[in-house]
Amino acid sequence: MITMAFPGRFSSLDAIRNFYAHAAEKAGLDKESIADIELAVDEAASNIIDHAYGGEDKGEIECSYRVIPEGLEVILHDHGQPFEPEAVEHPDLTSDVCCREPGGLGLYFMKSLMDSVDFSFNGLNGNLLTMTKLQKKAFKP
Amino acid sequence: MEVTASKLKRCLLITADGRIDSSTAPKLQSVINEAIDEGNYKLVLDMTKVEFISSAGLWVLVNAQKKCKRFNRGEVILTCLSKRIHDALELAGFIPYFKIFEDPTQAVGSF
Repeated sequence: MITMAFPGRFSSLDAIRNFYAHAAEKAGLDKESIADIELAVDEAASNIIDHAYGGEDKGEIECSYRVIPEGLEVILHDHGQPFEPEAVEHPDLTSDVCCREPGGLGLYFMKSLMDSVDFSFNGLNGNLLTMTKLQKKAFKP
Repeated sequence: MEVTASKLKRCLLITADGRIDSSTAPKLQSVINEAIDEGNYKLVLDMTKVEFISSAGLWVLVNAQKKCKRFNRGEVILTCLSKRIHDALELAGFIPYFKIFEDPTQAVGSF
């Protein structure tokens, strides 16, 4: 497992995306999968800053990854407020533009772009977000 | 990220260059808000050099569209989207909110 800690501020997002893009390259994932991971981890880290920490410079984001036989496992760890994914409503994707209100896409993006998304929280360790991206299976007729 | 605005005869051409995330989206928002405050509500946003956009950046586009549509014939038109940017807009359900042109000349000419 490779881990690197980043300051919990939006200017860290570029470095966090690059950290995971290199990991995904190491795992042999294709370009589309790497782009998916970059967007998913950006949304995850932004949510940590906005919601878990309630703003910038309140704590670190510990970013880890593990190359697994099927692809890549990414783990983001923070010590902010507990995140309850079940309390997040599915975003409204169909209303007219005038009725769409900002926010609410982060978790939906993560779930759409990654093969698995799992949250856990305990008082000592904070929030642990684990996501996996699997290699695309070659088509075998 | 760099953002530039060029006044054309019928619209304002805004060009973004770089990555639009929670860190840089406020800069784009600020340029667009300033343009609208100065009476420019026909905007073409050239995304040729945008390599990445997160939901924070996508909301800047949607908020700009909401503001411009309040004015008679006001609109934000998008041009030169990479597949990656198009896919993000699609995932968010934002494609129906914008006219999208491959060619910036066509986008500008549509006003």
